[in-house]
Amino acid sequence: MSARFLLKKLVQLVPVLFAVSALSFLLLNLLPGDPTVAIHGPTATQESRTRLRHELDLDKPLPARYATWLGHSVTGDLGKSYVSNQPTTEALKQRLPVSLELLLLSQLLALAVAIPLAILAALRPNRLLDRVSTGSAFGLLAIPNFMLGVLLIYLFAVRLHLFPATGYTRFTENPAENLRSLVLPAVTLGAAELAVYLRLLRTDLIATLQEDFITMAKAKGLPTWRILLRHALRPSTFSLVTVAGLNLGRLIGGAFVVEYLFALPGIGALTVESIFKRDYIVVQGTVLLVAVAYVLANFCVDLFYGFLDPRVRHARA
Amino acid sequence: MPEPEAAAVSAVAPLPAAVPELGDGPARRLGLLFWLSAGWLALIVLAAVLARWIPGLPSPTETGVGPARQAPTAQHLLGTDSLGRDMLARTIYGARVSLVVGFTSITAGLLVGGALGVLAGYYRGRFEAVVMGAMDVLLAFPALVLALALVSFLGPRLGTVSLAIAILSVAPIARVIRANTLTFAQREFVLAARTLGAKNRRIIVSELLPNVLPAALSFALVAVAVAIVAEGALAFLGLSVPAPQPTWGSMINEGRTLLQQAPHISFVPSGAMFLTVLALNFAGDSLRARFDAREGRL
Repeated sequence: MSARFLLKKLVQLVPVLFAVSALSFLLLNLLPGDPTVAIHGPTATQESRTRLRHELDLDKPLPARYATWLGHSVTGDLGKSYVSNQPTTEALKQRLPVSLELLLLSQLLALAVAIPLAILAALRPNRLLDRVSTGSAFGLLAIPNFMLGVLLIYLFAVRLHLFPATGYTRFTENPAENLRSLVLPAVTLGAAELAVYLRLLRTDLIATLQEDFITMAKAKGLPTWRILLRHALRPSTFSLVTVAGLNLGRLIGGAFVVEYLFALPGIGALTVESIFKRDYIVVQGTVLLVAVAYVLANFCVDLFYGFLDPRVRHARA
Repeated sequence: MPEPEAAAVSAVAPLPAAVPELGDGPARRLGLLFWLSAGWLALIVLAAVLARWIPGLPSPTETGVGPARQAPTAQHLLGTDSLGRDMLARTIYGARVSLVVGFTSITAGLLVGGALGVLAGYYRGRFEAVVMGAMDVLLAFPALVLALALVSFLGPRLGTVSLAIAILSVAPIARVIRANTLTFAQREFVLAARTLGAKNRRIIVSELLPNVLPAALSFALVAVAVAIVAEGALAFLGLSVPAPQPTWGSMINEGRTLLQQAPHISFVPSGAMFLTVLALNFAGDSLRARFDAREGRL
């Protein structure tokens, strides 16, 4: 990958990150409602409110506050929660491992099922396996994760007692219990993504298998599995890599509903709790984290295209 | 439109047209499944609109119309919930919230996002770069968090929930409409109209819009499904229309603690939402397979 290509992409990244940070900041500052009322309660005196406004810099103009906030954020200081008094960065650090673990498990699960299934389906389009898997994927997409989560809890926790219904055990405490407590959340989260990945890869593979270089490989007498894995798979993964990459970026911020439903102490749960408590500063921090992660994931996906298909490097650089 | 999580708006990213290969050629008819979907949607819309006049249907908020947590019986076709309220009535009245939020938010999103998309796709240049850049930034935000924040700060009401979901739907809709506009803006009939001296406004309104509209409406059906799921996720977290007014998401949440004794309390609204979302997706995809010119990636 040429240095120029990389540099150009990096330069394009700057204004986007800037816009994203400004929007995170504005979003929570333009919302109606006085944060001092949320913190000190509606009965607080005018005087204590004025003092708090000063402490929180709320008496300064918006652009000045944004500049201060941005400066602090870049150095890793996202402010303190005014509910728990805990620094936001620390809260994020505590909860990040939970969200990351859930994210990894769910994506591995989705990819491990979707990739082989898509290859088999694309090999014989419109035959039984293809129809069944495509049909199930379509059905799966109509099941929102909160619904699937409740269904899985009913089947595997309430009826079969195989997995705990809610709760989280730390990996350092008990690795086996830790995995057990994450099975249902990971399946809940991975199911819809499995369906999306399956559809994307299947469609792209079917298209690739009609290209000339595949006919050429067939004419050379290469075995089917070799054509599929060595020739067809890599150039067919563009959509898959795009969507999976963006999912990775998005889910670093936690899976809000799934973490809430299964009582997992991840970043998603932190965000939801903070919104309920009107803990502006923490919400601002998590929103910034998720938005930046998403933009960076987008950036990495762009770079990865060049690896998947060398033609992109020349076309885009 | 969001991902409840993914369900939330970012999930709303347009999925590839479903299973295009399953059909038998371009002149394919809308099949049996399409009409079944349309039938279910018609049924649920009719029931929601006429709820008050359905004979024998108790009030959805009246407690103790039957024994609590009763499984379906002849008197209560879908059983009763933990306060002895009739589940059929609650499901039908819950449909009102889902449908109103789904259709109003996407109508608003279609007006704003559609206008931006058509203008960006037609005028191109700097205007397009700015609009689409803004849409990309909007898409970078965790959709459900935006909705949660908006609804919790503005107060959980039908209007604020619809507004939040409408805002989230603008970016994905604008992208799809722009892509469709691009394919038509280069066509010979647009050139012909321009050669005949038609003004930009006339070209957009009478040449482009009629061509973009079918694809936009079929995408809108899928978007309504996503919006209904998003409302469900908000209600599940307790941030939609306040109790005791029923919504599907809050009903699923209410039944969550009673899975042992009375699983139907969660499963009945789940079934209704599943069928509705499935029907909208299916109808939208079938229509899109017929109308959408944008099969490749743009």
